[in-house]
Amino acid sequence: MKTKMDRRGQREDREIPHAPADLLLGFLVLLLLALGLVLLYSTSAYNGRVKFDDAAYYFKKQLFATLLGLLAFYLVSHMDYHRIARLAWPIYGVSLVLSTLVLFVGREYNGSKRWLALGPLSFQPAEFAKVAVVIFLARQISESKRRTDTFRFMALTMAMLLPIVGLVGTNNLSTAVIILGIGGILIFVSNPRYLPFVGVGAAGLAFVGIFLSLESYRLERLAIWRNPEAYEKGFQTIQGLYAIGSGGIFGRGLGSSLQKLGFVPEAQNDMIFSIICEETGLVGAALVILIFGLLIWRLMVNAVHAPDLLGELICTGIMGHLALQVILNIAVVTNTIPNTGITLPFVSYGGTSVLFLMGEMGLAVSVSRSAAGRRR
Amino acid sequence: MRKNMTFHKKKTAVVFFCCAALLAGLVGRLVYLMVFRSGYYAEKADDLHERERDIKAARGKILDRTGTVLADNRTVCTISVIHSQITEPEKVIDMLVKELGLTEEKARERVEKVSSIERVKTNVDKETGDRIRAMELDGVKVDEDYRRYYPYGQLASRVLGFTGGDNQGIIGLEVKYEEILKGIDGKILTTTDARGIEIGEIGESRVEPVAGYDLTVSLDRNIQEYAQQEALRVLEQKEADAVSILIMNPQNGEIYACVNVPEFDLNDPFTLNDGTDTAALSEEELQERLNQMWRNICINDTYEPGSTFKVITAAAGLESGAVSLEDSFYCPGYRVVDNRRIHCANRKGHGSETFVQGVENSCNPVFIDVALRMGVDEFYSYFQQFGLLEKTGIDLPGEAGTITHRKEDMGQVELATMAFGQSFQITPVKLAATVSSLINGGCRITPHLAVEARDGNGTVIQSYSYGKGERILSEETSEKLRYVLEQVVSEGGGKNARVEGYRIGGKTATSQTLPRSANRYISSFLGFAPADDPQVLGLCIIYNPQGIYYGGTIAAPVIQSIFENILPYLEIPMEEQKAQDNG
Repeated sequence: MKTKMDRRGQREDREIPHAPADLLLGFLVLLLLALGLVLLYSTSAYNGRVKFDDAAYYFKKQLFATLLGLLAFYLVSHMDYHRIARLAWPIYGVSLVLSTLVLFVGREYNGSKRWLALGPLSFQPAEFAKVAVVIFLARQISESKRRTDTFRFMALTMAMLLPIVGLVGTNNLSTAVIILGIGGILIFVSNPRYLPFVGVGAAGLAFVGIFLSLESYRLERLAIWRNPEAYEKGFQTIQGLYAIGSGGIFGRGLGSSLQKLGFVPEAQNDMIFSIICEETGLVGAALVILIFGLLIWRLMVNAVHAPDLLGELICTGIMGHLALQVILNIAVVTNTIPNTGITLPFVSYGGTSVLFLMGEMGLAVSVSRSAAGRRR
Repeated sequence: MRKNMTFHKKKTAVVFFCCAALLAGLVGRLVYLMVFRSGYYAEKADDLHERERDIKAARGKILDRTGTVLADNRTVCTISVIHSQITEPEKVIDMLVKELGLTEEKARERVEKVSSIERVKTNVDKETGDRIRAMELDGVKVDEDYRRYYPYGQLASRVLGFTGGDNQGIIGLEVKYEEILKGIDGKILTTTDARGIEIGEIGESRVEPVAGYDLTVSLDRNIQEYAQQEALRVLEQKEADAVSILIMNPQNGEIYACVNVPEFDLNDPFTLNDGTDTAALSEEELQERLNQMWRNICINDTYEPGSTFKVITAAAGLESGAVSLEDSFYCPGYRVVDNRRIHCANRKGHGSETFVQGVENSCNPVFIDVALRMGVDEFYSYFQQFGLLEKTGIDLPGEAGTITHRKEDMGQVELATMAFGQSFQITPVKLAATVSSLINGGCRITPHLAVEARDGNGTVIQSYSYGKGERILSEETSEKLRYVLEQVVSEGGGKNARVEGYRIGGKTATSQTLPRSANRYISSFLGFAPADDPQVLGLCIIYNPQGIYYGGTIAAPVIQSIFENILPYLEIPMEEQKAQDNG
């Protein structure tokens, strides 16, 4: 499909310096945004009505963030990603500062200090950190003069991530894990060898094992995961499963979820996928996964067709970020892995997340424009 | 800046395919959850969302043989308030005070309590419920419900029984036929959110209740009422503790009346019928007293039958050939058995008499002789054959068994006393059922009440047929027995039971209760009519009468009066009529 479009681009847009970018990617993003808004409104209407006397409360805030995000998408997609990448160090620095700041003056919500208040708006530095890491690592690896296949290189690259991982991980372990994952993926791609990663994978698993057994509450989380019905803390998981199970093949119909009526706590957040399952059934849920899959595929195609390693790594990083979040979120909601708080990109409620995801998508489009332009 | 190499592209593709594989795996997981586990989770979720309210099924009625309703249902209302839906709390409080008689304080407490639904009062009569509903106050719910109602109050109280708070049978037929009567409760399912608030647009689904079946019993309201009047009359006259009357059909075992006075009010079964202030009793004492009051002494209690049992000894003696009607006996006023002198009721003695005269006189030595002639083995085997060791199998709960000597413990003295109905105990219903079986031609009957169960459309769902059981006495002996017992009424101690125009058979009894020194008596009379073809059998037992206590004097007239009224009522032809019909 890509090639076809490119050829057409070659024929028709000879004079324009940059060929129309990855239209399919843009379309998929817009589709996800539209779907996300509809599903978010459906899911959050009850909570909005109950807590704020306004069924559209969450929807309106999300819509505002989405519009900002569209603007960011447009602007970033028309920038040259090389110019943005040149700001990698400042971006990384700002992200470190913000993540430090949130520890001291952050606003607490549901027991976590994750938000920086800017007047009526609030901002989650952790969301920014993920984008920052993608740009920073892509730049670092592509600019590195060293051999990329050495253990030293891998270790040094990873070490550069540790400050942000530590800062973010203090109050948002899930995001720290995702940052580590993005780092791992980028290092994997930059290294021609496969074998060392088997060792890294094994070491990672061992680390996770030790990490879990260090604190009893983490083991409890494992026990809840295996049998959520037996534990009070398994409530959220169980309510999510009730929602998923009662969806069946075709679902109760959009807007007809019962589980969103206070049974699944904060249904518009991490657990929103369970409500999608309940309302649109297996068919709808599989379609949502398919759209994410297509988006990830487009990111992969853009990465592969990038004019240089920087472009490729940026696209791969974005792909890794998106894929990790989608996979982990759905895995948690379906109780495939133990519970941890990860939002579903574009769909879960959260303005900062949407804004920066749109920025990332813009960046990917920017890479695709460049690629298209280069090949011309 | 580095160039991107082929291996970069390959590795990006590897990452992509891993992600795609994981996503595919998650779709697989969703298929498992949403197709194979869907039923399980959906059911759990429904349980969570649905609030169930029961709709009580109407309990089946109990009707007598003429179709008169003895146990009915009355619509009553339950008034509840739903806190979150109340818009005018003051009006609601005012209503609760005015209509339901709550104190202002109590009403306020109920209205202001934050709960999903607060039941304010149950068993409110329908008129009040309708008035409250007509006020259309938000948050006030009026649910209709059924409550058992007994139109005749005390009539056959211990036979019919009553129901408890959940409309479940507690004693009597109500508990015995619980399964038939109770029906299947319906349900109203409403869907609610996590706060318990009903979701209007989904509406409610109803599972309609299935009404219980109507039970027709063999009781006859008129006979029962008349027997009860007679029992009350003699109870008062003789200042007795209690009077029981059983009227039954000796041919098929159907019970027409079962009276135990004093009865209690079925519409108010938790109030003691002797006027005792229940507040003064402890919980256990009250329960004990209530249990006593609810006992059906015809069935739940045993007594020494005394002379009425001579009917059974006579049947055994005649059947075994130990005695014939013309055999002569001599009564000096007592009989010595194993060096023990056993007196006759007539201490002066009856002198020389035939067996028939012996029965007429209710002469103890005659029956002692008959039993001794038979011996323990034979007597005991008839006792057994007549079914006296078993329960009758009547369809009422709590039937008591016979209390008697073990065969190996029976000596001559025990044998002699059993011959005239002492030293063992049976229930009144056992006596009536056994005598019925002996005089009806000799086939065992099972006393019972249930006739059939019908659904609301009148279709018979179940009919209870007991039929005639095994033969326990020959036709000839049965006929002789009827003859002897008719002689008792026409010539002997039962003459107070004579009814103009009918042939009546019967036997009186007067027995002293244990301890003998207390001078407490049980007087009874067992009669049947017509003597040649028994259609009705009646047993009247007077417990602890004051003054004259002879069964023939005080119990026989009760049966006489009842027979006088019910024989024509049951359309049993008089003798002259029979003669006319034949002529």
